[in-house]
Amino acid sequence: MILERVKVREQDPKVRSTNFEEVCLGYNEAEAVEEAKRCLGCKSKPCVGKCPVAVDIPEFIKYIKEENFEMAAEELFKHTSLAAVCGRVCPQETQCESKCVLSHKGEAVAIGKLERFVADWHRKNKPASTTQKENTGKKVAVIGSGPAGLSCAGDLAKKGFDVTVFEALHELGGVLTYGIPEFRLPKEIVKHEINNLKSVGVKFEKNVVFGRTINFQSLEEEGFESIFIGSGAGLPKFLGIEGEGLNGVFSANEFLTRANLMRAFKEDYETPMQIGKKVAVVGGGNVAMDAARTALRLGAEVYLIYRRTEKELPARVEEVHHAKEEGVNFVFLTNPASIKGEDGWVKGVECTKMQLGQPDDSGRCRVSTIEGSEHIIEVDSVIMALGTRANPIITALKDDLELNEWNNIKVFNDNGKTSYKNAYAGGDAVTGAATVILAMGAGRKSAQEIASNLA
Amino acid sequence: MYLIKRKQDLNENTFKMDILAERLAKSAQPGQFVIVKLHEKGERIPLTIADYDREEGTVSIVVQAVGGSTQRMKSMNEGDYLMDIAGPLGKPSDFVEDFEEIKDKNVLFVAGGVGSAPVYPQVKWLHENGVNADVIIGGRSAELVILKEEMSKVANEVYIATDDGSLGMKGRVTDMINHLVNVEGKKYDLVIAIGPLIMMKFVALQTKELGIPTVVSMNPIMVDGTGMCGACRVTVGGKIMFACVDGPEFDGHLVDFDEAMRRATTYKEKEKLHQFKAEECQCHRG
Repeated sequence: MILERVKVREQDPKVRSTNFEEVCLGYNEAEAVEEAKRCLGCKSKPCVGKCPVAVDIPEFIKYIKEENFEMAAEELFKHTSLAAVCGRVCPQETQCESKCVLSHKGEAVAIGKLERFVADWHRKNKPASTTQKENTGKKVAVIGSGPAGLSCAGDLAKKGFDVTVFEALHELGGVLTYGIPEFRLPKEIVKHEINNLKSVGVKFEKNVVFGRTINFQSLEEEGFESIFIGSGAGLPKFLGIEGEGLNGVFSANEFLTRANLMRAFKEDYETPMQIGKKVAVVGGGNVAMDAARTALRLGAEVYLIYRRTEKELPARVEEVHHAKEEGVNFVFLTNPASIKGEDGWVKGVECTKMQLGQPDDSGRCRVSTIEGSEHIIEVDSVIMALGTRANPIITALKDDLELNEWNNIKVFNDNGKTSYKNAYAGGDAVTGAATVILAMGAGRKSAQEIASNLA
Repeated sequence: MYLIKRKQDLNENTFKMDILAERLAKSAQPGQFVIVKLHEKGERIPLTIADYDREEGTVSIVVQAVGGSTQRMKSMNEGDYLMDIAGPLGKPSDFVEDFEEIKDKNVLFVAGGVGSAPVYPQVKWLHENGVNADVIIGGRSAELVILKEEMSKVANEVYIATDDGSLGMKGRVTDMINHLVNVEGKKYDLVIAIGPLIMMKFVALQTKELGIPTVVSMNPIMVDGTGMCGACRVTVGGKIMFACVDGPEFDGHLVDFDEAMRRATTYKEKEKLHQFKAEECQCHRG
């Protein structure tokens, strides 16, 4: 039993903090085989139970051990249509890898890195399949081209349905394109995965906003027999504190959309970006890490302000580690009280110190303000990464579509059935902001029920 | 890719384009806007819908060349293509959903400069539904007063005010409101004002004094236009609202115009640079 995993090669922190290229370079063939050999091939497969799409992990790893990467890919792709993405962005430490038996004594098998290796190997070595299943002639509409929509569309197309994906933005991929930065998920990979879907017959229409350009009735008029809504949870939250209207205060979504979707950091792209020399990022999730590390790459000195301690950070361990290596300054147990300005522009964030109290019902420690601990962190930009809420364009459909208590779309079974006939929903549109893999899992489940209903 | 079916100059710097975009033309309503992206590396810019023809599948936009992207658009012609046009975005004007509310009211529209463009489909819609509203069109000078003839066909009365007196009354739109209400004794139940922020601010201040409910259409910086970024946030009655999904129309008496005007300057320096590049690009073309 080898307790330590094969180290994965990464760009040097000093170098990478000045560029947008991928941080993690991934395993080469020899490294992947060596890491695969650590897998004990347990019969009970505890790892599989923690994978939201139930990839048969020991099975695809077995093929890597045998250096049969093509079969490894074939096995993997039975379960997931976005392996290159999930291998990179899944929080494996709380999913598959958390139950790896090796983790009791040493380091879990690097399942995510192996998944990524297989998908990358396949992309580089095998041309995309162009075999389209014979069309059943039944039309299904998918709203949103994020992870939920893509996996639903892919599965339905493979079953022979005539699938059209409607996307509101001018590029496909949802959060994979506008949210997760290039240094974590190269856009070329997202494009490749989408091209694979096109090659199995999925059609895409961009610049179409569900609830504005089209709605349930217009889709029915066009002959769509079932609809899957994977529209995400886009609306960013603000704190509602004084000074949030100052110039230089942005939501992380705006900042990341300018950087990732609009490529504002590139000279020859026209979208402007206004980021200061000292930047405060408020929040502790993956979006906060992405915003902080992006600001850093634009030359800013970055302070990440989080009201709890490092232990409670909701972001992935790997991303927190990367952010620290690159020089993001973490300011824990601190909460913004107001934003101070001068001539209408941000001058600093007034913060209070916080203390952890007793755990509440959910097991999370409550936090409270320490009286008289007000202090100012001088910055010229503030990025709010506080999470997102349901988009009001979707909630405005409430005459047709029942909503749950958080104003997300209400579903009535595990497969995402909504209150509207023949309409399903999945991903963040139902759960609120969650993970890529959960969204994919939801898309797959709905695809199964849609397919069996229309069969 | 979306075909520019027709292009018509309205004055030296303002032009109208009819774009072939069938889904958009089919679903557009008065009060809504679109987001346009000209080319691969272009930015997303919001433009109000000036008209739509559901039969032909076209939607019209009126553009004033004020910065890099709009100057680039000015150099485009019939037969050229826009890379992306998304919409309709924003909520339709309240009266579209709630016609009963407005049908017996005296409505006054106040259009400043290029604001005539978004006012036109609203007046036209009301006209088609049996309500004839009055319209004030304001501009610095005669040549900046656009869509006068089109507006006359659908409005009850069209009043013109120019700063230099080269057309209509000499003065600002607020002087014209004052004239209509206090001199001519007209009664209005609702004012809908669309134009530059500074104009809407002063109209709202005036109508507050006159006690006339007032709707304004906000035009902040936007990126996606679908509610996912909050670049377009405005403070309305002390609350943060996103103009692209909660608006663009709001109660003019509750909007924090000073904040909105300040936020509009966020990218001023960068925009100058962009404009410079676009001008350079035009000369190279010429």
